[in-house]
Amino acid sequence: MNFDFSKNHFELLGITPAYQIDLIRLEQTYRDIQSQVHPDKFAHLNDAERRLSMQWSTQANEAYQTLRHPLNRARYLLHLNGFELHEETNTAMSPAFLMQQMEWREAIGEARAAKDTSELEHLSSKLRADVQAQQQQLAGLLDSDKDFEKAAQVVRELKFMEKLREEINYALEALEA
Amino acid sequence: MALLQIAEPGMSAAPHQHRLAVGIDLGTTNSLVATVRSGMSVVLHDETGRALLPSVVRYHADGSTDVGYSAQAMQSSDPHNTIVSAKRFMGRGLHDLNDVGSMPYQFVDAPGMVQLKTVAGVKSPVEASAEILKVLRDRAESALGGELVGAVITVPAYFDDAQRQATKDAARLAGLNVLRLLNEPTAAAVAYGLDNAAEGVYAVYDLGGGTFDISILRLSKGVFEVLATNGDSALGGDDFDHRVYCWILEQAKLSAMKPQDARLLLTRAREAKEDLTLRPEVRINAVLGTGEIVDLTLTSEIFTHITASLVSKTLVPTKKALRDANLEPEDVKGVVMVGGATRMPQIQHAVGQFFRQEPLNNLDPDRVVALGAAIQANVLAGNRSDDDWLLLDVIPLSLGLETMGGLVEKVIPRNSTIPVARAQEFTTYKDGQTAMSIHVVQGERELVSDCRSLAKFELRGIPPMVAGGARIRVTFQVDADGLLSVSAREKSNGVEASIVVKPSYGLGDEEITQMLRTSQENAKADMAARALREQQVEAGRLIEAIEAALSENGDSLLNAAERAEIDEGMAALRLAMKDPNHQLIKAQIEKLNQISEVFAARRMDQGVKKAMTGHKLEEWEA
Repeated sequence: MNFDFSKNHFELLGITPAYQIDLIRLEQTYRDIQSQVHPDKFAHLNDAERRLSMQWSTQANEAYQTLRHPLNRARYLLHLNGFELHEETNTAMSPAFLMQQMEWREAIGEARAAKDTSELEHLSSKLRADVQAQQQQLAGLLDSDKDFEKAAQVVRELKFMEKLREEINYALEALEA
Repeated sequence: MALLQIAEPGMSAAPHQHRLAVGIDLGTTNSLVATVRSGMSVVLHDETGRALLPSVVRYHADGSTDVGYSAQAMQSSDPHNTIVSAKRFMGRGLHDLNDVGSMPYQFVDAPGMVQLKTVAGVKSPVEASAEILKVLRDRAESALGGELVGAVITVPAYFDDAQRQATKDAARLAGLNVLRLLNEPTAAAVAYGLDNAAEGVYAVYDLGGGTFDISILRLSKGVFEVLATNGDSALGGDDFDHRVYCWILEQAKLSAMKPQDARLLLTRAREAKEDLTLRPEVRINAVLGTGEIVDLTLTSEIFTHITASLVSKTLVPTKKALRDANLEPEDVKGVVMVGGATRMPQIQHAVGQFFRQEPLNNLDPDRVVALGAAIQANVLAGNRSDDDWLLLDVIPLSLGLETMGGLVEKVIPRNSTIPVARAQEFTTYKDGQTAMSIHVVQGERELVSDCRSLAKFELRGIPPMVAGGARIRVTFQVDADGLLSVSAREKSNGVEASIVVKPSYGLGDEEITQMLRTSQENAKADMAARALREQQVEAGRLIEAIEAALSENGDSLLNAAERAEIDEGMAALRLAMKDPNHQLIKAQIEKLNQISEVFAARRMDQGVKKAMTGHKLEEWEA
């Protein structure tokens, strides 16, 4: 088989590796590739081709989902540059950040206990603003400064913030059910 | 051969025969079959001109069956042997069903899926569904005058793996080649979107007889992208009937009832529900077997009141889907209503209020799913290559693995675009450990006991090592039907052991073969003829496809020796096609497939390259 599954996600989707990318172009190339390889185009063909198409289509989805989401894209860029995050084991965070996290958790917990939907929604938009600021910083660190060490730290922080977002959503869902 | 998508614009592939394909909406209450004829998607009727086939199967002592209206007519007088709403039992165990008491069946608890005792023996919901599909297949083949190349069968978007697998098994049992399991709301979106040249974000609110789905889709430039889906696979029009039924019992002060009477009152309840769509109140009359007389008046006000909690139950998944799609109700450009149950005024009202707009009702809610499925079947069968579209669908429920303490580790989150694969590495926790058990579950909850168990298997033969020494990579693959397969591989010491596991709810190949054999014993000659015909059609298709591919880029992608090998393979297959032995044809087809694999791979590679480089820079900057 002359398929090159070793192509990295940026190569597959024809995008120059960077944190700040043209999302419209990314989406367009992804769609063009899917319209070539998607299993729906091979449904009437034999097993081997259907399998091949599934593998390619899976690969295109994986590449697209990785590059589309800022946090995944940052992780992937770090990986390509030889920086592994070891997120499960490396949890050393600055005391100031951890303090902030505790305050967030308390606020979410209180709003949840008080069944205060509008407070939860307020926290959600506040968090979104914080995340955006972090992402901006990340863009500078990855694309101009090439400070991968520092970028890895910001990515770890963003992961914590993503957990907070999930928690807020869980709380909102629980109140709606 | 890959020929459809890679053709140059204006360079159409060799003209070929129209391949007969259908879309089937296998519904809880009614089923339909549709096909594309002269470019139009049309529902196929029975000989008396009826489009709907009630999803009712009645078994006789001799094993024969009635399906549809004739079976429905007997559901009150022969309730044990007349299976209604079999779809509710697909891929479900007895403990999954919450209203067993009010159903007139003799259930048999079986591992994986509940079964029903009838005069013709114990029947599984898969077999009952296959009976419905067979009737629709026959209807299609006689209307179209030939054998079907394949079918698209629709399933509720919120069906889990076990329910999907059961549906696919039923289709195989009915002798159908499943081109794709297609989510019902997605099928409806195709029919609606193509009809109205729709662009933007749409919601499809699909309340069927027994299932509820909500899908949020983005339609743009021929791409139907499902952003999020949610639902309740045990909520539908049937539940509204049941509320009316309970109200009748309460009002008429009835208690324990014979199955015949229960069935009669359920029918009256359903009729009342339907009548209330048009009128403010209805009378409910029935004479029970005991001589008791029921005579009640149900107003739409009472009806709305007793079903209010069901209506609001549909809004919970609707909110979740919007949140998963990161959207607000006002971001939705239109709400497409699907399923007969959406005719109820209180549903229309509630949906309109939630989305702050009038729902779209311009397509028949009973037919739109089958019509969309037929359009997709036509494409999947390879009947058209121009003016194409792409469906990007998602997996409705997260897939995960059991970890220590009965907790779930999510591996593939819900709403991931399919096909999708994810790998996870595991290690041993004891010195010398040689086996590891892996438990795959589906659902959103944190505890394994709250999720659906899909498969449990043991990985044996791990080389004994110190704890943490072995590295086992487990890969989940979800295909375009939304079906899961799991493979595991041990990679330390250079030893690779790989296994593939299908979820345990599906029927094994042997069981299907056995069922096929029993059901078709007296049609053996017929089967042989059919098998031969199928292989001949398949062979013709393959040759035609390869020829088209060769004329397109055989010269540029193959060297002389490779070309000669393919030519020889085609000649051998042409020869085999004249032989009455279908096995021989099959063997030659496989051989030719194998020979042409490299060619297919190069063509696909070229297609991908073209997709990547096809855009000039100025296009992006424009």
